[in-house]
Amino acid sequence: MSATGSMKDYRMTGYAGEHHHHEPSFLRTYIFSTDHKMIAKQFLLMSLFFLLLGGTLAAMIRWQLAFPGQPMPGGGILPDTMAPGGIILPEFYNAMVTMHGTFMIFFAIMPLMVGVFGNLLIPLQIGAPDMAFPRLNMLSFWLAVPAGFMMLASFWVEGGAAGAGWTAYAPLSASGEYTGVYLGQQLWLVSLFILGFSSIAGAVNYITTVINMRAAGLTWFRLPLTVWALFVTSILVLLAIPILAGALIMLLTDQTLGTTFFLPAGGGEPLLWQHLFWFFGHPEVYILILPAFGIVSEVIANGARKPVFGYHAMVLAIIAIAFLGWIVWGHHMFMSGMNPMLGTTFMLTTMIIAVPSAIKVFNWLGTLWKGNIHFHPPLLYGVGFVSLFIVGGLSGIFMAAAPVDIQIHDTYFIVAHIHYVLFGGSLFAIFAGISFWFPKMFGRLMNQTLNQIHFAGTFLTYNLVFFPMHGLGLEGMMRRLYDTTQYAYLAEIQFWNVFITWSAFALVAFQFLWAFNFLWSMWKGEKAGPNPWRANSLEWSAPSPPPHGNFERMPVVYRGPYEYSSPESEEDFLLQTEPPGARPGPAPDPEPIAHGEEA
Amino acid sequence: MNWLLDPSFSTFGPDIDRLYYIILVITGLVFVITEGALIWFLIRYRRKEGRKAAYVHGSVKAEVIWTTVPFVIVLALALMSKGLWDQIKDPAHFPDNPYEVLVTARQFEWITTYAGADGEFGTDDDFTLTNRVQVPVNRPVLVHLEAEDVIHSFFVPDFRVKQDAVPGMRMPVWFEVTEPGEYTLGCAELCGIGHYRMRGTIQVLPQAEFEAWEAEQIALRSGTGQENLAARSPGEDDHGSGADEAGRDGR
Repeated sequence: MSATGSMKDYRMTGYAGEHHHHEPSFLRTYIFSTDHKMIAKQFLLMSLFFLLLGGTLAAMIRWQLAFPGQPMPGGGILPDTMAPGGIILPEFYNAMVTMHGTFMIFFAIMPLMVGVFGNLLIPLQIGAPDMAFPRLNMLSFWLAVPAGFMMLASFWVEGGAAGAGWTAYAPLSASGEYTGVYLGQQLWLVSLFILGFSSIAGAVNYITTVINMRAAGLTWFRLPLTVWALFVTSILVLLAIPILAGALIMLLTDQTLGTTFFLPAGGGEPLLWQHLFWFFGHPEVYILILPAFGIVSEVIANGARKPVFGYHAMVLAIIAIAFLGWIVWGHHMFMSGMNPMLGTTFMLTTMIIAVPSAIKVFNWLGTLWKGNIHFHPPLLYGVGFVSLFIVGGLSGIFMAAAPVDIQIHDTYFIVAHIHYVLFGGSLFAIFAGISFWFPKMFGRLMNQTLNQIHFAGTFLTYNLVFFPMHGLGLEGMMRRLYDTTQYAYLAEIQFWNVFITWSAFALVAFQFLWAFNFLWSMWKGEKAGPNPWRANSLEWSAPSPPPHGNFERMPVVYRGPYEYSSPESEEDFLLQTEPPGARPGPAPDPEPIAHGEEA
Repeated sequence: MNWLLDPSFSTFGPDIDRLYYIILVITGLVFVITEGALIWFLIRYRRKEGRKAAYVHGSVKAEVIWTTVPFVIVLALALMSKGLWDQIKDPAHFPDNPYEVLVTARQFEWITTYAGADGEFGTDDDFTLTNRVQVPVNRPVLVHLEAEDVIHSFFVPDFRVKQDAVPGMRMPVWFEVTEPGEYTLGCAELCGIGHYRMRGTIQVLPQAEFEAWEAEQIALRSGTGQENLAARSPGEDDHGSGADEAGRDGR
């Protein structure tokens, strides 16, 4: 394949060094920016806001679980429809449970992974001046914002926010008469529908950019694993979101137009919603974790000063997970009334998906083996990720074994598992990624001591919060109970709910330390040079922060991204752009593999 | 509270618990090995001045081993799980001659319907209990599980029984209890604002006692028709008339 003519156009004009910029207006720089780095920062700000909101809801949920019926400190500011006198109402509790999951999954973790790291890293790590479609990129962000505010606003409409769980199982979600929530549920549906367009716009952009805009010499197997992970994730987004969108429309028309897709009274089928939702939902789980795999590979190789162990196996494992992720959705439905014989099939595929996850863990261990490990904050978070992901992966085996799942399905065992994967997993990777690439966003480093304290405090309190939940689940503590002490056998183990709640408050406190560090370092942090971590991939050849257009000169790539401690170099790193010295080798292809950008 | 399960009181409970413990041992070993290796590597290979990390890109042999071994283990677990799953869930393996009851879930209560003298559900001589399922010990019980409004989930932790009750469907759930007593029935699927208080009791009686109670209820139905303390009149609470009548009470 060869480059087309338009390729040259973007090369001539796109790169910073070859282009004279006008000073863009405030509005175009900070609000309606088409610069992928600014859009990444916008997504970061948005998702941190929703992370804070989701965390606040979690803290309130924990209050209610530990001290049911007691007025919540500060709860007096909530309206009487939510918490009269600070005492949380059951309908508000259900809304909080629903919105905690919704905010965290759709408006915090997903945009952090895809919106922030996808936007920041893809052009920088493939040596491109920007995304293939910068305006589409801007649109992607400006669709996510109204979607988020619509979701948030639903708390204040009549009937309150959606209260049918983040999974919105029909018929509970399909008709307001079951919950008293009409408009709130509809806003939930419309908001996610709009957010879906944002995700699709992003995915189209990422896929196009990775395929078409890689720098000269940057072959597929010289891509950083972050790019691989984000590329595969984008394909999942592109294929999964339309399924969700279809299901959302059906549920919305059940709510508003009198259709009965999911209402048995009109001949509908409640399980159809679950099939559609989880057919989207399980790939969604991997959308939330695959980018984390990429980030963690990156920071562990950098910390260990060693090439990623089994690079090709890591790529294949990502692809294998992405494929298998489509045929495991039924494990969410072992108890649903789905034909139990179908459960056998899903049990088998679900067990098998543990294999590529195991491969990844072993290769991370292999990367640390015989390394020269620098305990910088990104590595700490990355290692934290690995140790917690092991727990989340292993607890998944219990649920995959359908007979054992009988006992633990819909209990706190599941809550423990999802938080080990999404908090211990994804969020630790996000902490790793933000501390690692902070210089590429803000030109400065985060305070490393504060990051280390944050890591230690979070790792400890995190485990105090979520590890005991496994035990609560085994005891039979159901999810989404407003007041667990209604059950005598759960009232006996209420101590653990109190213990978890206090631990959760401590966990939240450590997050404020991180937020302080984040804001302080943005303005006052130590200035970073282009390559503070002595890393190899292309973003570290660009200034910190990179200017509009990213690179002074068009980068040319000579090797893979993980050539740490190579004998070819005196140093323990070797930039991808460093021309081979004395060592003879074939000259790289000066043109990218393929290019199809429209002028 | 720990990683041990509370004792189970159904015939298949110990089988589920055994599978659980097998998985616990295997995952426990994997946990210790992987976390141990992680900690060991972090200590052993911590940064030292003047040392360079090994320039190693991987090992095909290692990849083959750590792909094959987990594959064999999870495949074995899947096959073991399949055997037990079929034994519990496959209708072809359901026990013969079970005692049958109809349990209807609705916001936010469990209605148990007994067939009465004629052995048919949905007839005039049915009798019902609210938030109480009374069954005999040491005899397979087949629950026909229905829901009237939204999805609920019939969860008896002590029996290792859980099954969602789906409006529009009638799900068969069986269990055989090994000890008389009172056990907690809970709702495990979010079903609305009263989800947290949708609980009931499974009262397991010795065979003779259960038969006496059932006979008494049948006698009451066929006799004066008066209400008694345990059972309610089907007239005011007629839920046993089949799957396609899933009502929408709006409560």
